[in-house]
Amino acid sequence: MGRGTTAKIGLRRPALTLTGGLVLGLAMLAFGAVMIGPYGLTPGQTLAALLGAGDAQAQIVVWNIRLPRVVAALVVGAALTAAGASYQALFRNPLVSPDILGVSAGAGLGAVAGIFLSLPVAAIQASAFVGGMAAVGVVTLVASMVRNTDRTLTLVLIGVVIGALAGAATSLLKVMADPYDQLPAITFWLLGSLAAITAEDILPALPMVLAGLVPLALLRWRINVLSLGDEEARALGVEAGRTRLLVIVAATLITASVTALAGVVGWVGLVIPHIARMLVGPGFGRLLPTSVLIGAGYLLIVDTLARTIAQAEVPLGILTAVIGAPFFVWLLARGRQGWS
Amino acid sequence: MLEARELAIGYGRQAIGTGLGLSVGPGDILCLLGPNGCGKTTLFRTLLGLLPALSGHILLGGKPMSRQSRTEIARRIAYVPQAHAPPFPFEALDIVLMGRTARLGAFAQPGTADRAAAREAMERLGIGDLAHRDYSRLSGGQRQLVLIARALAQETPLIVMDEPTASLDFGNQAHVLAQIDALARSASAEGRGVILSTHDPDQAFALNARALLMHDGRMRADGPARDVLTDAVLSEVYGIPVSVETTGSGRRVCLPSLARPAAPPKESFASGGDI
Repeated sequence: MGRGTTAKIGLRRPALTLTGGLVLGLAMLAFGAVMIGPYGLTPGQTLAALLGAGDAQAQIVVWNIRLPRVVAALVVGAALTAAGASYQALFRNPLVSPDILGVSAGAGLGAVAGIFLSLPVAAIQASAFVGGMAAVGVVTLVASMVRNTDRTLTLVLIGVVIGALAGAATSLLKVMADPYDQLPAITFWLLGSLAAITAEDILPALPMVLAGLVPLALLRWRINVLSLGDEEARALGVEAGRTRLLVIVAATLITASVTALAGVVGWVGLVIPHIARMLVGPGFGRLLPTSVLIGAGYLLIVDTLARTIAQAEVPLGILTAVIGAPFFVWLLARGRQGWS
Repeated sequence: MLEARELAIGYGRQAIGTGLGLSVGPGDILCLLGPNGCGKTTLFRTLLGLLPALSGHILLGGKPMSRQSRTEIARRIAYVPQAHAPPFPFEALDIVLMGRTARLGAFAQPGTADRAAAREAMERLGIGDLAHRDYSRLSGGQRQLVLIARALAQETPLIVMDEPTASLDFGNQAHVLAQIDALARSASAEGRGVILSTHDPDQAFALNARALLMHDGRMRADGPARDVLTDAVLSEVYGIPVSVETTGSGRRVCLPSLARPAAPPKESFASGGDI
């Protein structure tokens, strides 16, 4: 018993230190990101502006331009990583990304339809959100009608099918869209960007992301058990079907909300949970907060690069792919056995 | 504890076995034997409530199984699957802790008492030193012991084991069998009921178990192993000449004849895998 207690403390203390370090690092990153930009600010100016004092122009830059974008990057990164970690546990596969069930394809179709119909920005975001939720809704509905003992495999395959259909519809709209006005907007949206983000865009997404994160945090132990597979989870006393549905709804809510905000940003939800797993292991109770913190920081760095490395904005999706893809190959190369 | 009567098992409308019955109480060891594809795995899934019975009754703790929640069932029956590799590198202790799930609220995490129970289960099987090892990198025998420890941590009166000695080496097979014997017949009052499936009739003799011999979806023999596992029955069911002999120490062993049979044994080649 005595040995057990020391082992537990030995485990907990570095965990707290790690979380504390990540929070501190994230705060410093965010402060730095607020300083950096075409209108350069010194740390003193930034601090003053954040406290609502000092130069009026600096205050406008900080509060109206930089801060919304920094917050958006943090939220989008945290959300996509949380959804990715959840789906990886649920589908028992570390190669899974948040769009496995077609949420990105659906949100893409929704947004492209909105742009095609020349709707206002808020309506395009709403349409993207509805598209993402609807795609996953159709996938779970169709999967529940297919008689197959392997529920997860059925879900994934139907997800591929619905994703392909939504992709086809998106392509059709692109062909039909006005090539001078609508098509560039569509392309830019599908590549993901936070360039046009305002505080008003972020506010409706925040409660949705929170509403999705809470059930994931509460179900953290059951999600571990689910990652052993349906049969075993049920034998251990988990209502696998119901729990899985709840996790899917929560993760989809999160992904659809931020995809509506930022467009399609790939790779984050696939790669970051791996890094978190290397640091704290696969237990979801610690994996979720660690993933969220690293994901938020990672996307903040990438978005700050996106707006500073070139004269024009570089779409986020391009950067996350350029960074994420080789990193993923490295992960695979150093990888463990058993990517079943 | 567990009682099944006139059970028909199978998928959809297709019955794989009919007229099956069994009952297990504290201290009983039930050894399920039968050729590949005879319906052992389907029977197990049905007894665990993972697959609805096509007809018949299953009473678990005096209550119909079909009217119990997953949590209720998991507090009465623990399941030891064949050793597997999960996709994530959980510590062995985490795997054992998952046995506590049925005793936790839906949103709860295992606490200190649960950790103590998990450690105790591991110590009891002599694998306490594996607690912080990566489960997915343990050997097959170690994993099987971890899964048995998980069933112990589940604290159920009944344990169902699917071929617990498959893929184990000679020494580990004996070790696991000894543990099973101890689980059911420990001197203290907490003897558990154990149902296990095996391909080796010798294990039924070694455990002095009650043997259920399944063949073509029916119970071909049911009773104490030394009474019902005879030369004639085993030869018929497995399709090869078998002779049961008694060793000098009074234990029975089962010797298959290696004389080339006229035709290959019926079932084992006809069916691809477990159904």
